[in-house]
Amino acid sequence: MTTRATKPDRSADAEIKPVLTVAGLKARLFLKSGVLPAVDDVSFSVMPGETLCIVGESGCGKSMTALSIMRLLPRPVGCITGGSITIDGVGDLTGLSEHAMRRVRGNDVSMIFQEPMTSLNPVFRVGYQISEAIRVHHDVSVAEARDRAIDMLEQVRIPLPAERYRNFPHQLSGGMRQRVMIAMALACRPKVMLADEPTTALDVTIQAQILKLMNELKREIGMSLVLITHDLGVVAKMAQRVLVMYAGVVVEEADAQTLFDRPLHPYTQGLMRSIPRPSARQDRQQEIDTIKGTVPALSALPPGCRFSDRCPMVHEPCRKWEPPLAVPDDMASPPRKVRCWLHTRPPQ
Amino acid sequence: MTTPLLTVKGLKRHFPTAGPLFGPKPTVKAVDGVDLVVGERETLGLVGESGCGKSTLGRLIARLDDPTAGEILFEGKDIAGLDDSSLLPVRQSIQMIFQNPFASLNPRMTVGAILEEPLIIHQKGDRAKRRRRVAELLDQVGLRREHVDRYPHEFSGGQRQRIGIARALALEPKLIVCDEPVSALDVSIQAQIINLLQRLQRELGISYLFISHDLSVVEHISDRVAVMYLGRIVEEAEATEIYRRPLHPYTEALLSAHPEPDPSAVSHEIILEGGVPSPVNPPAGCHFTTRCPYVREMCSQTTPQLLEHEPDHRARCLRLDELDGNRITERFRPISQ
Repeated sequence: MTTRATKPDRSADAEIKPVLTVAGLKARLFLKSGVLPAVDDVSFSVMPGETLCIVGESGCGKSMTALSIMRLLPRPVGCITGGSITIDGVGDLTGLSEHAMRRVRGNDVSMIFQEPMTSLNPVFRVGYQISEAIRVHHDVSVAEARDRAIDMLEQVRIPLPAERYRNFPHQLSGGMRQRVMIAMALACRPKVMLADEPTTALDVTIQAQILKLMNELKREIGMSLVLITHDLGVVAKMAQRVLVMYAGVVVEEADAQTLFDRPLHPYTQGLMRSIPRPSARQDRQQEIDTIKGTVPALSALPPGCRFSDRCPMVHEPCRKWEPPLAVPDDMASPPRKVRCWLHTRPPQ
Repeated sequence: MTTPLLTVKGLKRHFPTAGPLFGPKPTVKAVDGVDLVVGERETLGLVGESGCGKSTLGRLIARLDDPTAGEILFEGKDIAGLDDSSLLPVRQSIQMIFQNPFASLNPRMTVGAILEEPLIIHQKGDRAKRRRRVAELLDQVGLRREHVDRYPHEFSGGQRQRIGIARALALEPKLIVCDEPVSALDVSIQAQIINLLQRLQRELGISYLFISHDLSVVEHISDRVAVMYLGRIVEEAEATEIYRRPLHPYTEALLSAHPEPDPSAVSHEIILEGGVPSPVNPPAGCHFTTRCPYVREMCSQTTPQLLEHEPDHRARCLRLDELDGNRITERFRPISQ
């Protein structure tokens, strides 16, 4: 506070610090069959009010990244083995005790999941579950927590919030349950919300409602959003910046428009081409481009680039060395990074 | 005019629910008077939200369930009322592919046994002949012949779906009901399976009833598309036509809510209020009245019929003529080229 007051001449730009910074994050799963590198050297930062989308296929490490940030990796097999996770005003989360972490979860960073039925407790009323979140973090009376929970239900546009407060999860529809999850996650006004496939289990008209709600709440509360999805349509609609993950690593990072206009990594290109698009309508019988093969098991990654055995543009260096995530050689701006030997000069 | 492969007329399936001990019990009208036609070598896409009755309709057509009323004419013959033994020959011609390739394959059977079972039931050839057919099926769906002695758990989701497809092909069916066949798969695998289904259609001349909630997949694979809402078909037309110019307000909203993979796409989104009403007690008149942005008083008084508003384009809405030119998303998808 005092430093800020003594330096009034600092430009506004320099003041803006990322709310969440993940640097060189590594997470491992220690299984009987071996050690799996679930998340490998993942780095990104999220600015205030920004929506960052993490996209990739199942098993690419996107959920594991989110669970690492929440320090909720499956115990005892999951473990953060390197890197740092910094939240503005809190510090590095990787070193915090479980006790200290409980104060951070929900208060500074919160998370919602794909299936709201399994993440709500079926034997408690939804209102109680929201007010519990408030009472854990704030020293308020039961009645006050109840009022704030009803406010939250209203804020997530649930009609008749006072009556819904008394409902059990099974009495609500899928869309309503996801709204309750959002209410719970936002009850303590976190700086960042992590949303792991929040609309995948929902119908498209309900998905549109929830995405709109998340965008509105983001503005009202001024929080940042990390949205994990496999749906490039959702990415296009929500993201300012996009992180593409493959087999535990980030393969491409760019702002949304740049990524969709000109994807650089062959995996991103393959993903974009494998969505059936209206333009392909002219010739319906034309086959959709696919990425050959399947995502390799984390226990059997190919040497060099992890995408090398599926890549249509594979060449010699790809099988020898793993490329770094770097700014492509032929461009300085806009800021984007790609992990590919086609865009970074390989070692001689 | 030749008879189409499949004609469904006034098909209904009402499920009884727990109700009062005496007196009439309320029913869930999962399928409530559906008419549709699938021609030879044709793919009819069936879209709708969960709970609209699209899977029940698929199961009725594959005769895995008994209809409450209506006709299912397969090659001109009504199969709606047939019992199990007289259905046996029909089942050869109508097969089904399921959504979840983890649940639809018996984990205790090898791939060979799974594919051979329908051949045994329908007494197709001797053992050597059946083995040859199994090998041929594996080739057709892009699996290797040495996979024959493996168990389903040894395969990935996409490969398992290929096994499901091979099983459906075993008896050389004319119609395959595909119930969300790619919904459980990753995008890149989904594209492989769609390509496979289309190649099989070209080579073998099969017809598909393709049930899905994914609008881009349905658009890609279908010749014609039917949209279902609360047990009824609300619109039906050729695929390109329905996506370019949806007539029914529900189709319009559904298409507008589908996120395009293009950040610069102009959004004319219609956000519908609330969810799909309960099929136990659907709204009177037009079932869409509770969510329709164009609703008028008359909509809840008269039940609209599925009428041809334009050549080969049917819709179930009372206000279509007035709506022309007054739509929220007037031609929100410009005609490409």
